[in-house]
Amino acid sequence: MDYLGDIQAFLPGVITALAGLIVIVIESLKKDSSATFWVTVLSLVAALFFSIQSLGTGLDTAFSGMLVHGGAVAFGNVIIVVATLFCVFISEDYLKGINHYYGETYALILFATTGMMCLAGSNDLITLFIGLETMSICLYVMAGLIKDEKSGAEAALKYFLLGAFSTGFLLYGMALIYGATGTTNISAIGAAASTDLLFLAGAALLLVGFLFKVSAVPFHMWTPDVYQGTPTTLTAYFATASKAATFVALIMVLSRALPVMEGLNWQMVFSVIAILTMVFGNIIALVQDNLKRMLAYSSIAHAGYALVGLAAGTPEGYSAVLFYMFAYTIMNIGAFGVIAYYERNKGMDFSEVQNLAGLGFKKPVMGIALSIFLFSLAGIPPLVGFAGKYYVFAAAINAEMVTLAVIGVLASAASVYYYLRVMVYLYFREEHKPVELFNPTLLYKGTIIILAILTLYYGIEPILPASGLMELLNSYGNLGAVTNVLIP
Amino acid sequence: MLENYFPILVLAIVAIVLAIVLMTLSRILGPFRPNATKLNPYESGMDPVGEARDRYSISFYLVAMEFIVFDLEVVFIYPWAVRYLDLGFGTFIAMMIFIIMLFVGLLYTLKKGTLDWELNNYRG
Repeated sequence: MDYLGDIQAFLPGVITALAGLIVIVIESLKKDSSATFWVTVLSLVAALFFSIQSLGTGLDTAFSGMLVHGGAVAFGNVIIVVATLFCVFISEDYLKGINHYYGETYALILFATTGMMCLAGSNDLITLFIGLETMSICLYVMAGLIKDEKSGAEAALKYFLLGAFSTGFLLYGMALIYGATGTTNISAIGAAASTDLLFLAGAALLLVGFLFKVSAVPFHMWTPDVYQGTPTTLTAYFATASKAATFVALIMVLSRALPVMEGLNWQMVFSVIAILTMVFGNIIALVQDNLKRMLAYSSIAHAGYALVGLAAGTPEGYSAVLFYMFAYTIMNIGAFGVIAYYERNKGMDFSEVQNLAGLGFKKPVMGIALSIFLFSLAGIPPLVGFAGKYYVFAAAINAEMVTLAVIGVLASAASVYYYLRVMVYLYFREEHKPVELFNPTLLYKGTIIILAILTLYYGIEPILPASGLMELLNSYGNLGAVTNVLIP
Repeated sequence: MLENYFPILVLAIVAIVLAIVLMTLSRILGPFRPNATKLNPYESGMDPVGEARDRYSISFYLVAMEFIVFDLEVVFIYPWAVRYLDLGFGTFIAMMIFIIMLFVGLLYTLKKGTLDWELNNYRG
């Protein structure tokens, strides 16, 4: 066996796992040392470096066919590590501000990141399950970080119980698929796929487990409560990194294990779920007063847009989903970051939209940044959210799913109301009681500004004639073509 | 097909017979002076019957956690040790990595005071 080659293939994950262990050792020997933060940041930068280095390489297997690396997986790793890095940057200041700063949080974040990379790169149902569980268990703990408040306990318990339940579905689906095909290797499952009832039931249960993790309607019930009770910067981590990892895994499973055939039309299933998710997510978000709940429903709706790209089921659709997850990651972390800034030191109740009245002019940089992120989430050009939506809807239209695309655009139009409502409070209402705002640390402010710049830059970059990103993504889209190579 | 289960049947019979024989022997040979506490089913020191909303020491869970660390180690190491000569040196390094990971977990829980029986000293 080629151990070094295997480790090199999973190098970003190995680095973050190792850093997680180091953080635990530091934390147990010396409580609340600032070294934990720097170990985390350094390891994530190293992981980012190696992920970016493997961009553009073709898909290949490692660990005796248990994992895949390169290709779309490398891009997934980049999204995951970028999301983690930005969340760590804003968490340092925020968690200290709300008096819930524990060194263990960084260890949990690093282990969850390792799990996400394992999940995104899984080529076997076993590694898929291990990655998913490593990620989820760390997230359950982080959801309950504010354990002395009711909402924190509610978030953790709800997330854990429902998450464990959905994992049960996933595992049962895996068992049935194994029973029907006699293998746990994802490429081999694709080759042995049939319309046998056993296989269909297994595939359906597997997808239920996945759809729970991306909070698609009707498996979305946990999302608002969990997002509300979790510390805001970690909510950003939940909403972006874990979702990106699950979507990459979903692309890999759908494109290679579940070929579209007569009697196995999961594209139809995904179209219906995408429509439900977009419509429900946006309509319920309209009436939310709490910003975190609003962003939770908005994240449900965004999962719906990404599902449109999956429903298209074409290489173009897959690369559109990859781009969408990247776009969603940068703009959403930014939005949560600014909200975390406003509510810092004022308790969880401060995230009501009315409390933002008149704050836009007080701290102009934060106000403008939040406006950019919200415009981008609403899908207004020339921001990255628009480019993302454009690609998924274009993919749906090219796959002759015009109705789906039209419903998506209409739902997206409805969403503009609740994003703009926040800006109305920020800029067009008087401050009804004086709110003292903190001066953010340089790191915090810098992170938000960089995210805002990225939101703007990647909104324009794809339409430039020499767009490297889209070319790269288009080269990943054709996952079906490598299927035969991957079967050992 | 069914004859494959024959050894399991034999094992079950042996287990039942052995249990009966041993309990009878200890009853015949040993002294028997019962009281209420002795006749209680063994529940790790807790009252087996009572209110559902009872308070009990969190230490039970902490010790159970320590137990899992060693338990997993055993489950994983035994099969590896038996087949070590076929598996080669690479698996030795892999096993060491696994043990180091468990050790880090153990170190963390010990430093947080899991085996400190005075709960006031818990440094969590």
